[in-house]
Amino acid sequence: MNAITLNSITKTYSKGTILAVDDVSFSVEKGEIFGLIGPDGAGKSTIFRLLTTLLLPDKGTGTVGGLDMVKDFKAIRGIVGYMPGRFSLYQDLTVEENLNFFATVFNTTIEENYNLIKDIYVQIEPFKDRRAGKLSGGMKQKLALCCALIHKPEVLFLDEPTTGVDVVSRREFWEMLKRLKAQGITILVSTSYMDEATMCDRIALMLGGKILSVASPEDTIKAYPEQLYAVKSNSIYHLLLDLRKYEGTINCYTFGEYLHLSITNNEQEVRKYLQEKGHTDVEFKAIVPTVEDCFIRLLKHRDDERNSNKN
Amino acid sequence: MGALKYLLQKEFRQIFRDKGFTGRLFIAPAIQLILLPMAANYTIKNINIAIVDHDHSTVSQKLSNKILSSGYFKLADYTDFNSKAGKLIESDKADLVLEIPQGFEKNIIRENNQKIAIQVNAINGVKASIGFGYLSGIIADYNNGLRMEWIEPERTSPSPTIDVITSFWYNPKLTYYIFMVPAILVSLVTGVAGLSAAFNIVKEKEIGTIEQINVTPIKKYEFILGKLIPFMVMGGVVFTVGLLIGWVLYGIVPLGNIALLYLFLYVFLFAILGFGLLISTYAETQQQANSLMFLFMMVFNMMSGLYTPIDSMPGWAQFVTHLFPVSYFIDVMRMVVIKGSGLHDISMHILYVFLIGLVLNTWAILNYRKTT
Repeated sequence: MNAITLNSITKTYSKGTILAVDDVSFSVEKGEIFGLIGPDGAGKSTIFRLLTTLLLPDKGTGTVGGLDMVKDFKAIRGIVGYMPGRFSLYQDLTVEENLNFFATVFNTTIEENYNLIKDIYVQIEPFKDRRAGKLSGGMKQKLALCCALIHKPEVLFLDEPTTGVDVVSRREFWEMLKRLKAQGITILVSTSYMDEATMCDRIALMLGGKILSVASPEDTIKAYPEQLYAVKSNSIYHLLLDLRKYEGTINCYTFGEYLHLSITNNEQEVRKYLQEKGHTDVEFKAIVPTVEDCFIRLLKHRDDERNSNKN
Repeated sequence: MGALKYLLQKEFRQIFRDKGFTGRLFIAPAIQLILLPMAANYTIKNINIAIVDHDHSTVSQKLSNKILSSGYFKLADYTDFNSKAGKLIESDKADLVLEIPQGFEKNIIRENNQKIAIQVNAINGVKASIGFGYLSGIIADYNNGLRMEWIEPERTSPSPTIDVITSFWYNPKLTYYIFMVPAILVSLVTGVAGLSAAFNIVKEKEIGTIEQINVTPIKKYEFILGKLIPFMVMGGVVFTVGLLIGWVLYGIVPLGNIALLYLFLYVFLFAILGFGLLISTYAETQQQANSLMFLFMMVFNMMSGLYTPIDSMPGWAQFVTHLFPVSYFIDVMRMVVIKGSGLHDISMHILYVFLIGLVLNTWAILNYRKTT
């Protein structure tokens, strides 16, 4: 059975003038870490708010843990844990009081599910008498995760849990998610960091309220149709201009210190072209695309389609 | 109902942890009840008077002495130049100018008739009209004294006169604080209970905790009750503190049944907390709630009969005041505390405020549903 299903969900804001989620369908298997990947404004948070029964969809149906999103919203609230993008615990209560409060409103105690949060909680336990508002960013994150987990939810919703968290804490956080997955908890997580996508079992690339593709990170990368190259020369700016002018170029964009390039003809011809243009110290290597490359390709594909529709 | 217990526990913990809490609950009422009755006092003293005496006679002297010894007036200047007195009014040093013309004494004795002039600085309307009232009273009194002295009493009055004897019921000396303190207490309870409740709920919205609460099995009514009950308790505490201050400082002991006051207090809190709840459903931030509340508190204070009697307002305004729970409570406070009214006398007040509360709460809950 699927832990989450969405069938043609549409949600608009401001009396239908702003389309936040546009005919979205996907399903998440039980015990899976499913990632919603996309830039800000892609509609990720709206999907979270729909699934956690904070919003009602305009169209479409959905289930969480086999329960209907609209009809059984009360039952859903008992089996999900939600960690919103913004830290939203009581800042004037201590770490322990926050945790205790969320345990009691779910009719449970910290002791009962302690094993579930132990790995995370031991890290913030030394500060349990500190007010939540006075914690550092990473610790707030851990506390929020503890509070979302304390009632042993079947499905965990994490909306951009690592935004604004340092690299080390981010890695730790994903380690924790892996351990939770091992306990059979289904996790739907969103992020705008493309490098985190590979930590998920499956990812959905989202843009403008639409889902562009759903697959495992590996399959998403495998689906990249062309060979991708990383190129560098003495003048990266002119290189970009020249390559964009080149007739064999499908797409060319900066990526860290390199340019990523996909072409229709072969490598030799491009090298020759660059020599003619007077580029020296040219570095040219074939690479495996990342999720970000896949995303950029889908983005370009969509833009091209839009332009051809206009013409 | 289990969740309600934990919600209340959490709420009280947060309230007691708030640093400004004791200040709001005890110190603010104390300061307001000490300062406001003094500031909002209509028995005006220290009215500056300039006397322009062109007569310099015994009679004019006596009149001046009588005015100054009344205790209400302070002599700004004693002069015989009109122009000088005019300047004093212009420079705001005199509120009143009394002009005694030349031949004052002579005319009174010979012709039994004399006119004097009073000029009033009406920049401060209240001070001017009250000062004028005092001065007229003193002069009338002095006039009677003169008649007694000089006119031979006749067996039957040549013309019938009506002598008015006034007595003020319930507040014989017209002591100002006796009717101000209970009313100010109402304004305080409104502020502490209504305002705090609205701010508290909006704060949860602003920080986002309300979303976290909404994905738990906590029911809406539990959440709302969890918010209203602590502020009902706080309202009761402020009210009690205020009554004690009124007793200790002003010796005000309610003539009527204190239990009746508390009964009405809770009906009132039901209504005013509903109002706070309503505000909180419309405001997204504490800033918005603050400006909305400021507007309403201003209107409540000015229009509920706290400072000016409702009966002297135009018809439409009187109608509007009937929609404010605050004006009913002020009325009830004055009735029960000063007059000793019983349950029968205020039963209509209770009914109206309860109905207003019902409307406000229903409206708030409907609107709360719609927004989430």
